[in-house]
Amino acid sequence: MKLAVCIKRTPDTETRIKIAGDGKRIDEAGVKFVLNTYDEYAVEEALQLKERAGSGEVVVVTVGTEASQETIRTALAMGADRGVLLKVDGASIDPLPVAKALADELRGGEYDVVLFGKLAIDDYSHATGPMVAELLGVPCVSAVAKLEIADGKGTAEREIEGGVEVVEFSLPAVITADKGLNEPRYPALRGIMMAKKKPLEVKDVALADGGLEIVELALPPERQEGRIVGEGADAVPALIDALRNEAKVL
Amino acid sequence: MSNILVVLEQRDGKIKRVGHEALAAARGLADAGGGEVHGLVIGGGSVEADGLGAFGADRVTVSTDDSSELYQSEPYAATVADAAQMGDYAALLISATALGRDLAPRVAAKLDCPLAADVTELSYDSGIVVKRPAYSGKATYTLRVTSPLVVISVRPNAYAPLQSDQAGTIGEGSVTAGREGRAVTKEIKQPERAALDVTEASIVVAGGRGLKDAEHFALVEGLAEALGAAVGASRAVVDAGWRPHSEQVGQTGKTVSPGLYIAVGISGAVQHLAGMRTAKVIVAINKDADAPIFKVADYGIVGDLFEIIPRLTDEIRALKEN
Ligand SMILES: Cc1cc2nc3c(=O)[nH]c(=O)nc-3n(C[C@H](O)[C@H](O)[C@H](O)COP(=O)(O)OP(=O)(O)OC[C@H]3O[C@@H](n4cnc5c(N)ncnc54)[C@H](O)[C@@H]3O)c2cc1C
Ligand SMILES: Nc1ncnc2c1ncn2[C@@H]1O[C@H](COP(=O)(O)O)[C@@H](O)[C@H]1O
Repeated sequence: MKLAVCIKRTPDTETRIKIAGDGKRIDEAGVKFVLNTYDEYAVEEALQLKERAGSGEVVVVTVGTEASQETIRTALAMGADRGVLLKVDGASIDPLPVAKALADELRGGEYDVVLFGKLAIDDYSHATGPMVAELLGVPCVSAVAKLEIADGKGTAEREIEGGVEVVEFSLPAVITADKGLNEPRYPALRGIMMAKKKPLEVKDVALADGGLEIVELALPPERQEGRIVGEGADAVPALIDALRNEAKVL
Repeated sequence: MSNILVVLEQRDGKIKRVGHEALAAARGLADAGGGEVHGLVIGGGSVEADGLGAFGADRVTVSTDDSSELYQSEPYAATVADAAQMGDYAALLISATALGRDLAPRVAAKLDCPLAADVTELSYDSGIVVKRPAYSGKATYTLRVTSPLVVISVRPNAYAPLQSDQAGTIGEGSVTAGREGRAVTKEIKQPERAALDVTEASIVVAGGRGLKDAEHFALVEGLAEALGAAVGASRAVVDAGWRPHSEQVGQTGKTVSPGLYIAVGISGAVQHLAGMRTAKVIVAINKDADAPIFKVADYGIVGDLFEIIPRLTDEIRALKEN
């Protein structure tokens, strides 16, 4: 089974965000970067699909800068076979140019399944997977929490508001991974050592122009300092009064 | 400016509240730029589209087809893309729900236009300008659209539905066939007890490890019921198996922006805040006065939830009865 996983280097969620001097991006100094949380589920699922099939290849692909090599090595340490870095100068806030670069790389690769994370925790677009599927002309099921694939067909379950959607699809297909799909493995020391020797190809690419211009990236307005209305159950009337008469939400 | 097309999501033939919210967002934009708001509903047998004018639509097209009652990504995307090319549209609005988050990027790729996802604010300033949260809600982008058409997904609860006495017209359309048999939604499995979804509820009562036991969530459920609220949960209690993942709020769960969010026995870790910091009013109930949740809460009670929640529930019930 031939599998590709698109992965992204994102700031660790614990990171405090500081805005850079130009007011349009984050200040990366001192920020710890990790493999995007949801991409861990995608990599794990690809590894399991390959293991179950008994043979195959798992290729990880990322659009990023030189620094993304480290992210690829993390996925290789988990067990992926090789990596491709599509090297670009900057990022795009419009997800479509990135999706186009990924689709160009994947097209013709004869992958049975291309996996993505449900969303990247930096830009929160939830977009790249379905866009790549559209560009490649293959079916896509997004935010998948349960997946079964056999005989060139698959069934996926995805959580929707107030229920679970059951979707059947044919291969090749794009799947984006939600939490719950699996338990991502931690790279073992042996995996980390082996990852250093696995092939990692770097290709220079130019992103197409996007249609969104960043005016500003700003910290959200500080929430107004709230107040403790009281202690214990005796404070309940004061809380209800505040919710009714001040906040007017009851 | 040109017109705005809004995709109105239906379930069981009824337009969802998020659709009314998206119409409100579109109306504001259209009025500022001088354009019309057109709605598009895709569904199965019958759809109740009457009265959408009052929510801000000048015209609504209902496109039905027996196989389109449930969301089917290919025909839905093809139908929306076709409709988008038929009018003089500057923007296409879709609710940022499970459906919209799948549909919007597909449509943007089909139309070769940008996507601004999970937008919380739209404005017009000689062009469309949007605000959208990023970095787990720790920062907000302001983006200017530089292309003639843009797809925007609108975060649930970011806009309140309008109520006007405008009528609006309704027309019939058709569903464009997608490529055959590629991905087909077979069914929606409903949970045993149909519950209000956390992302769509206007009040959320969420419980954390402070509840100490799965059984004690009855307290949270009781308060939620009294308020007509949805139940939410921290990851700690979902991982412990006390609550289903569908209720998890936070970075690896749902992002919610209700009018009122009550956090019960939740410490307020950054990953939890990522999912609820855009709530309009936050209430925290926690026995630890130094819990980080109090830093974002508008109102707090320091104390034992096992004493506070029963009293709060009783008083809310009494209030509702009057
Ligand atoms: C990559 C990553 C992703 C994550 N994603 C999420 C996510 O999506 N959502 C999420 O919620 N978390 C997430 N987490 C976990 C997060 O860091 C916290 O561990 C979690 O939110 C803690 O849950 P809690 O507040 O219920 O528990 P705790 O932190 O244990 O807090 C329990 C609180 O209850 C209070 N309490 C105890 N007893 C009482 C009582 N009798 N009365 C009143 N108060 C009481 C305590 O004072 C305490 O503040 C994530 C973590 C990581 C690393
Ligand atoms: N620069 C990138 N390189 C490779 N994959 C990406 C990139 N950006 C996003 N993705 C993939 O698309 C998913 C969704 O990201 P997004 O659409 O940005 O929220 C991520 O979880 C990754 O799997």
